[in-house]
Amino acid sequence: MGNERQQKIRNFCIIAHIDHGKSTLADRLLEKTGVLTAREMEEQVLDNMDLERERGITIKAQAVRMVYKAQNGEEYIFNLIDTPGHVDFNYEVSRSIAACEGAILVVDASQGIEAQTLANVYLALEHNLEIMPVINKIDLPSARPEEIIKEIEDVIGLEAHSAPQVSAKNGLNIESVLEKVIEVIPPPKGDEDAPLRALIFDSYYDAYKGVIAYVRLMEGSVRVGQTIRMMHTGKEFTVTELGYLRPGGIMPNDSLLAGEVGYICGSIKNVRDCRVGDTITRADNPAPEPLPGYKKAIPMVFCGIYPVDGSKYGDLRDSLEKLQLNDAALMFEPETSVALGFGFRCGFLGLLHMEIIQERLEREYNLDLITTAPSVIYKITKTNGETIELDNPTNMPDSTEIASMEEPIVKATIMTPTEYVGNIMELCQERRGVYEGMEYMEATRVILHYEMPLNEIIYDFFDALKSRTKGYASLDYELKGYKESKLVKLDIKMNNEIVDALSFIVHVDKAYARGRRMAEKLKDTIPRQMFEIPIQACIGNKIIARETVKAFRKDVLAKCYGGDITRKKKLLEKQKEGKKRMRQVGSVEVPQEAFMSVLKLDT
Amino acid sequence: MMNTQGKAIGMYIHIPFCQRKCHYCDFPSYAGMENYWEAYTEAVVKELTLKAEDFSQATIKTLFIGGGTPSLLPYRLIERILETVHSKYRVIPHGEATIEANPGTLTPDKLKTYRKLGLNRISLGLQAAQEDLLKKLGRIHSYEDFLHAVDLAHQNGFQNINADLIFGIPGQSLEDWRMTLERVTALDLTHLSCYSLKIEEDTLFGDLKNQGRLEEVEEELDREMYHMAIDYLAERGFAQYELSNFAKPHYSCQHNINYWECGEYMGIGAGAHSFARNRRFANTPDVAAYIGGIKTGEPLLSEDITLDMEDRISERMILGLRMNRGVDLEVLSLELNVDLEMKYAEKIEKLLAWKLVEHCGTVLKLTKRGMDLANSVFIEFID
Repeated sequence: MGNERQQKIRNFCIIAHIDHGKSTLADRLLEKTGVLTAREMEEQVLDNMDLERERGITIKAQAVRMVYKAQNGEEYIFNLIDTPGHVDFNYEVSRSIAACEGAILVVDASQGIEAQTLANVYLALEHNLEIMPVINKIDLPSARPEEIIKEIEDVIGLEAHSAPQVSAKNGLNIESVLEKVIEVIPPPKGDEDAPLRALIFDSYYDAYKGVIAYVRLMEGSVRVGQTIRMMHTGKEFTVTELGYLRPGGIMPNDSLLAGEVGYICGSIKNVRDCRVGDTITRADNPAPEPLPGYKKAIPMVFCGIYPVDGSKYGDLRDSLEKLQLNDAALMFEPETSVALGFGFRCGFLGLLHMEIIQERLEREYNLDLITTAPSVIYKITKTNGETIELDNPTNMPDSTEIASMEEPIVKATIMTPTEYVGNIMELCQERRGVYEGMEYMEATRVILHYEMPLNEIIYDFFDALKSRTKGYASLDYELKGYKESKLVKLDIKMNNEIVDALSFIVHVDKAYARGRRMAEKLKDTIPRQMFEIPIQACIGNKIIARETVKAFRKDVLAKCYGGDITRKKKLLEKQKEGKKRMRQVGSVEVPQEAFMSVLKLDT
Repeated sequence: MMNTQGKAIGMYIHIPFCQRKCHYCDFPSYAGMENYWEAYTEAVVKELTLKAEDFSQATIKTLFIGGGTPSLLPYRLIERILETVHSKYRVIPHGEATIEANPGTLTPDKLKTYRKLGLNRISLGLQAAQEDLLKKLGRIHSYEDFLHAVDLAHQNGFQNINADLIFGIPGQSLEDWRMTLERVTALDLTHLSCYSLKIEEDTLFGDLKNQGRLEEVEEELDREMYHMAIDYLAERGFAQYELSNFAKPHYSCQHNINYWECGEYMGIGAGAHSFARNRRFANTPDVAAYIGGIKTGEPLLSEDITLDMEDRISERMILGLRMNRGVDLEVLSLELNVDLEMKYAEKIEKLLAWKLVEHCGTVLKLTKRGMDLANSVFIEFID
């Protein structure tokens, strides 16, 4: 049994699919609890990165403390821990969930449950969380709450008839959610006198305070001035500041106690020393065991990132370092490409993570980038018995030296309205998927299970899935393991020279089609130049596709009289600028789009 | 340092009116503005008067009335303009003086007046010798009209006649083009301009192209037509002297050569450009705004750029190289006081390797291939 103090605390997260209204509901809860007045509220307080707001997803976990005066007259402390909404950040989700006693499951009253939502609900159930369904968007004409309630009961097996039916957008029935939280979600019950065990569920780098650890105290207590120890990394720090989290900021306090959620700073310089999932204990009275479930974030998707302007290499490095301060999952190391010059090999949790990093580099750090085709980690056993892990196709050994190769396989879960099942099966088959089964969620919606190579998913799969299901299907996947596979390296030669940045690894059965497609696409992207440029797709020495960019025959402005000079000069300047933006690959000038366009061959 | 006073300069007068806008035309020219003709003429007269003092020491060595369609105006308006020119400026006697004309607009009266006013060169917009192509281009005249106009011009004492031609028109065959060249060279003309059609934005052709309803001809065909013109016209006594211009001996257009030599010129009228004292500036192309500006005594400018040394060098190179005679690097180096051979050593070497330019003594010029890919040459001389 928790003590009196803990009886008044509720720690919970919100699980929802993108667009189902998680952030809007969070906003309303904040508004109702009076942390902020409506006027002070910036829309969707919890998502504070621009990118998050634009994409409508949460990238980093966030947390906020609210004070709610309940109908019974008592004041309660609510700690809302927001969770990232995307499969790439699954691990962060699991840590956020581990910090809570309950979860609000927000389901769109017209859309129903989606793949990632379900995955996160299962994750929450694994952690013994109390799940509290909330039906949102009931104001929409297409709302069908009764069917959705049935779906929740059938698919998840949760009682949903008493679920609050709300419209977060219009602020309808928000009060009932808050009351329900007190009723349904259990209070924390950790022993405040036990040795400290605090779970780090997020961390954030602040230029003044160093790394700020977002923590949930499971047991014990901590005060400013005490020495803390990270149980997995063993690093020790002195607590310089701690306190509670409030929207868009912090609220210093002198101690944190079991059951509470807050932040701890200790002049921690590197986010790597403060890893999500690690347990903080006190050096003077350490806990015997860390909290369970810690794992290092492991990148699954890799690509090369190069500055368009080679002289910006230093800027790119600085920017990556800055991003890494806040993102322990981002990895990078220097790499050189014959075609692209100096750049970095970067590792990401998944495709979305990759896209977000690229966008942040371009947007927040004003860099123009070229990225190479994404790759996964392949395991290669060489004929001499040596095994290597390969994340860059350029480093693939000669085929004669390879005894066998393995590629990562994932379990993919796809939820879709039944009418698209055919399309999806076709797509999955094209992508070497192995059908594992299908379940009906309701009469018109199913869950499809596939086993699929990850390298097929990172390659434009998500876009293809969306376009073949009019955006209705949702996808979730998790790494299952490695499987032997017949893989080859496909090289692209331009003017008889291999362009290393365009090489990639592909299943042998798909190499021909992809090589052909790639050569065609490059032919369309590369402008005519002074000479004819053969473009070839090859496996080893074998040419499997060939296209030709014809030499250009005409590049002249026919008219140039007194009134044309300034204008024509501007056109020439523009032409010159365009040329400067191209990459010189051997003797061929390749526009950046060429490197990008080959990433999307299926569209 | 010399100034404009005392220099021989070109004078360009723009008449921005047309009976109808051609489908490919992106020049400042407007149809249906008859109400403005008088007022515009007065504005031109006033601009000429306003600038006369500035140029009191200059000599007008070439005169060019272009458009638009200058021949569309009643001849008394042209008369009014040219009388102003002659009364306010020193014009070299018998210097080249051109008026552009649309074959569909010429009359004996107009031509007689032009001669009387000292105009000695007519530039006729023919474009093509096939009715279907003329129609496609949005021209208002027939090939017959053109023949008639040439006859009229000859009858009224014009010996120096140019025809503008266009090749690379969508739908135009190589045979069509050959026929056009054959026909025009059978007439007694002194000069031909052959332009590769460029589809510009904000023209009817541009719109059609954007809608996917019109496609530019293949580069290969365009160049075949161009090469055919160069070879064929040479046989018929027209030597190429600039990328798009061909002339019988002694009939190359002096007014235009002045542009390519970066000589000074004054532009009068809406949208007209001037180059004087290393400054390039242009009157607004908007007719009403132009007239309004002139009324206040201060022409409204839409462009005003002063060239620095690098700009000047660059312009001398890219404009000079348009001409078949090329650029004499030694002469130009002396004039600009910079060693161009050294300055451009690396670039010239590259262009030589690509066989885009050739060196004849100290002269640098485009090769035949260089004429097809002239922009690739020019951008090397731009920073």
